[in-house]
Amino acid sequence: MLEGLTPTSILLDEKELSLAKNTLATNQLPTTRMEAWKYTRVAKLGKTNYRSSEETIESLDAYRIAADATTFVFVNGHFSEELSSDEMPEGVSISPLSSCMEGEINSSNLVLEDEIFTALNTAFLTDGVLIDIEAKAIIEKPIQIIHLLKGEAALSNFKTIINAGDFSKAGIIQGFFAEDANKAFANVTSEISVGKNAFLTIDKIQYEAENTSHISTEQVSQEKDSTFTINTITLNGGLVRNNLNIEVIGENCETNLNGTYLLKGKQHVDNHTVVDHTVPNCNSNELYKGVIDDQATAVFNGKVFVRRDAQKINAFQSNGNVLMSDNATVNSKPELEIYADDVKCSHGSTTGQLDEEAVFYLRARGLSEKSARKLMVSAFIGGALDKIENKDVLKYTYKLLKERFAWDFESDFNS
Amino acid sequence: MITIKNLHASINGKEILKGLNLEVKAGEVHAIMGPNGAGKSTLASVLAGRSDYEITEGEVDFDGIDLLEMSPEDRAREGLFLAFQYPVEIPGVSNINFLRTAINEIRAYKGEEPMSAKEFMATVREKSALVELDAKLASRSVNEGFSGGEKKRNEIFQMAMLEPKLAILDETDSGLDIDALRIVAKGVNTLKTDKNATVVITHYQRLLDHIVPDFVHVLYDGKIVKTGPKELALELEEKGYDWIKEEIGQ
Repeated sequence: MLEGLTPTSILLDEKELSLAKNTLATNQLPTTRMEAWKYTRVAKLGKTNYRSSEETIESLDAYRIAADATTFVFVNGHFSEELSSDEMPEGVSISPLSSCMEGEINSSNLVLEDEIFTALNTAFLTDGVLIDIEAKAIIEKPIQIIHLLKGEAALSNFKTIINAGDFSKAGIIQGFFAEDANKAFANVTSEISVGKNAFLTIDKIQYEAENTSHISTEQVSQEKDSTFTINTITLNGGLVRNNLNIEVIGENCETNLNGTYLLKGKQHVDNHTVVDHTVPNCNSNELYKGVIDDQATAVFNGKVFVRRDAQKINAFQSNGNVLMSDNATVNSKPELEIYADDVKCSHGSTTGQLDEEAVFYLRARGLSEKSARKLMVSAFIGGALDKIENKDVLKYTYKLLKERFAWDFESDFNS
Repeated sequence: MITIKNLHASINGKEILKGLNLEVKAGEVHAIMGPNGAGKSTLASVLAGRSDYEITEGEVDFDGIDLLEMSPEDRAREGLFLAFQYPVEIPGVSNINFLRTAINEIRAYKGEEPMSAKEFMATVREKSALVELDAKLASRSVNEGFSGGEKKRNEIFQMAMLEPKLAILDETDSGLDIDALRIVAKGVNTLKTDKNATVVITHYQRLLDHIVPDFVHVLYDGKIVKTGPKELALELEEKGYDWIKEEIGQ
């Protein structure tokens, strides 16, 4: 799969580059014999001859999640200057990695050893974006990073680096889309550090195509008194794997991980999350909800570590799934590993079908079967969507739900 | 309004209704009584269109329409209403929201304009007062956390909102204390006109003091075996069903 790819020209740390190259030279693609990849087959990625290709898109209109935002656009990982904002809000600097000088791209906290996708991303990094939020900066307008896949077998190795300064507050929207893409692959990494008492919210919408692949690894570290929230909304994409790793290194932090996925066709969507509580007095809340139709598969593997000295941790984790067809599959594995003795942790997983008795009840009142099912689905995932505070993101999500599933949820939520 | 002829229905291969006949005219109240397992709730379910039952024989004419050919929603849209014996809890689905959707889908089916939000809310206020259902309950998730009595009142509230031609009350009285029973009965009586009809399925005569039937039918072993005036209910309450069995020679 690496033939014909050009090594990265981004000025990354030399040590990391050689580590990445070494991993690529000595590792194969993961197989389902490996615990972390037990339910997700990636062999087909190895059978495609990917290429890096520069493409352009005509218009951003369909992909603009928030109208009033500072927007940066990348097509197949390449920066699209003409579609991006040229005005920068005060208190933040946003730059494509390709324009960064040597040493400007801070040292990575990604795991590169034996992690073939982060290694691939590093060694062949197409481009990315560096977002530096100054200490005490309150960024009112959201920062919106739009990434598009386009063309045949395009590979984008894309990276987002976010440094949220102490006492800063910001919201970042990430949108991943595809336009006329076939067998394209977005291999994405994010390195996020949340400073002291900083508030950072990420809303991530994944809406690529049924024959595209997307693997992303987010490495987040939180310093004391900080709040980090990420909402992951996955509505399209053939193979999607999200590795979300959060390391809480400072006390009194809050971490919120919410996910919503609605799958159909032959989609395979895998959310792997790790929250690592290394210090005391922190809260983490995790809620992932999914609806799986046709022959689609959802995987959820959520792991919470509470280290030995991390007392007074409240960690909650919940995954709920509704299967809409006999051929839909869910593999859900919530895990807790607790080494401290004064903690409050819970986890749970439910998988079921829509309550047919309730569907009948609604139909007996005059609702069509379609309306009844839609109402039940929207009630089910409502719990996770309600966590999204950015109204534009929510509105855009409803638009996509209508587009892909012909489900008009907006009327239910707004009344 | 509804004519049921020789209705046979089975579930999992077991025949429950074995040739049931019943005719209900507009303006009438019919009570159906009978021992456990006679087929009372099966009749209600079959009429509402529950798919678990297989209709093996017979026909049901609902104001000129073949009821058994229709989906549950179309039966509701034609004016059939079933007050459930066990109303379902539906977390996350608001009572009000789904009723508005229901009313507007019924209106669209009839080729009518949707109800305005203002008119809808006024109707909700009026109808929830009728069954003394707290307006807050009316807007909560369907039946979630409702007491038994609140669930039954919610059924009658929905009935009031939908104004059906034919309402079938499936053991709406069971589990109600006398106050709740009076409220439910008052609701049903207020909604009664000479253009609609009510079928009351019950175990107990008590309800029939409050909703006075024009006819009482005894359903036994899948058939209506006896029909009489409202006094028949008192007789059944007093003597049980054994004398009926003897009378029909079983």
